[in-house]
Amino acid sequence: MSSNHESLGRVITVALVLCIVCSVVVSAAAVMLKPEQQANKTRDLKRNILMAAGLYEAGLTIEEQFERVTTRVVDIETGHYVDDIDPVTFDARKAAKDPSQSVKLSADEDTAKIQRRANHALVYLVDGEDGSLDKVILPVHGYGLWSTLYGFVALEADANTIAGLGFYEHGETPGLGGEVDNPRWKALWPGKQVYRDGEVAISIIKGNVSPESAQASWQVDGLSGATLTSKGVHNLVQFWLGQDGFETYLTNLRSGEA
Amino acid sequence: MDVKDTLFTPVFKNNPIALQILGICSALAVTSSLKVTVVMCIALTLVTAFSNLFISMIRGFIPSSIRIIVQMTIIASLVIVVDQILKAVAYDISKQLSVFVGLIITNCIVMGRAEAYAMKNPPIPSFLDGIGNGLGYSFVLLVVGTVRELFGSGKLFGVEILPLVTEGGWYTPNGLLLLPPSAFFLIGLLIWGIRSWQKDQVEAPDYVIAQHTPVEESA
Repeated sequence: MSSNHESLGRVITVALVLCIVCSVVVSAAAVMLKPEQQANKTRDLKRNILMAAGLYEAGLTIEEQFERVTTRVVDIETGHYVDDIDPVTFDARKAAKDPSQSVKLSADEDTAKIQRRANHALVYLVDGEDGSLDKVILPVHGYGLWSTLYGFVALEADANTIAGLGFYEHGETPGLGGEVDNPRWKALWPGKQVYRDGEVAISIIKGNVSPESAQASWQVDGLSGATLTSKGVHNLVQFWLGQDGFETYLTNLRSGEA
Repeated sequence: MDVKDTLFTPVFKNNPIALQILGICSALAVTSSLKVTVVMCIALTLVTAFSNLFISMIRGFIPSSIRIIVQMTIIASLVIVVDQILKAVAYDISKQLSVFVGLIITNCIVMGRAEAYAMKNPPIPSFLDGIGNGLGYSFVLLVVGTVRELFGSGKLFGVEILPLVTEGGWYTPNGLLLLPPSAFFLIGLLIWGIRSWQKDQVEAPDYVIAQHTPVEESA
């Protein structure tokens, strides 16, 4: 190669031109595809919410099915709805990291191992055919074996009977802890009770629940080969439905004061 | 230039994974289900082909002192574009591929072909060489993906082939196949198979045990 080819000026020109061309291409792609990506993201979230509640029907569009759902912001501490936060822009994960919008949990409070809990949360209210409240869907997350599991728990209008549970993001071992996604396991949840005498009683036990047991309606089978993931799910369900989670809100909801 | 040769030599004779042992990382990570594997193969083939094309087009202008950075910039830009497109049109699959699309940047096949072929050859053959190496990569990934999904979860492309015990069938799935290490064994077997067939791929051993020489008996 000629010496001209390797001159400092040449090196800088090539690098500059290349960087400009590449950055234009990359930013053009990012900007042009942004609306589509955003739409995908919302659609995916809505589908997960509907799936957790067992309302998802493959044939209909997500938007149509989501018409029955109202999104509200809840103050977890007081258990009342908050109207000065816009549910469309509220980002629970960001809020949980922001010290002004979250509380640090002490070691014994933090059974779900999430370290900080946001002060507010989005809840999804599903209206029945007659317009009255049919189901309430709560966001939950907590640590399993390898990863934080993010999902939803859906409760019937009595705020006590579970209508469904589903995770939309986790990194558990496929075939073992990953079986939290197995429809057969998730089918064990609907119909179970959460509270007994005002205490959170729902639990995941090792092995199978015997149907004769007096505890049967508060217990769910553990996943075989995934003791630690089962434990994680147990802890996060207990945490989010308990004192530091949505218990106050659910009590208000039951008495119609939310 | 022989189009057929450029395209198909990398599939068996000079396979980037089986002979050159490049791109193993993603071959382990994305082969547990075929649908994801296919998307990854398409993404990698496109990136290799186009990075070869563009690098070859400007190969006359690239000062050799910054050539690696120039190659990386082009590859990285292409990967970001592919990632953005996937997020827009195939959101579910891009979620499953997660970080591995981004990691195409570090896939040695892409860099290797840019440095070894595109820097010295005209654009069209370079493009074909990229497609060919993408096909070679895809061939290995598809074989591994087929075995892992079929015997690991009893399905192909998510369609049930072997009814699982847990779903009321007869097949007990092999859990190991769902974990990344199983791809190591499968790729190993594949390399063994290819080298038994194409004998010239067998490498000369680095060390040969010397003939035993009896010690002279002392007088």
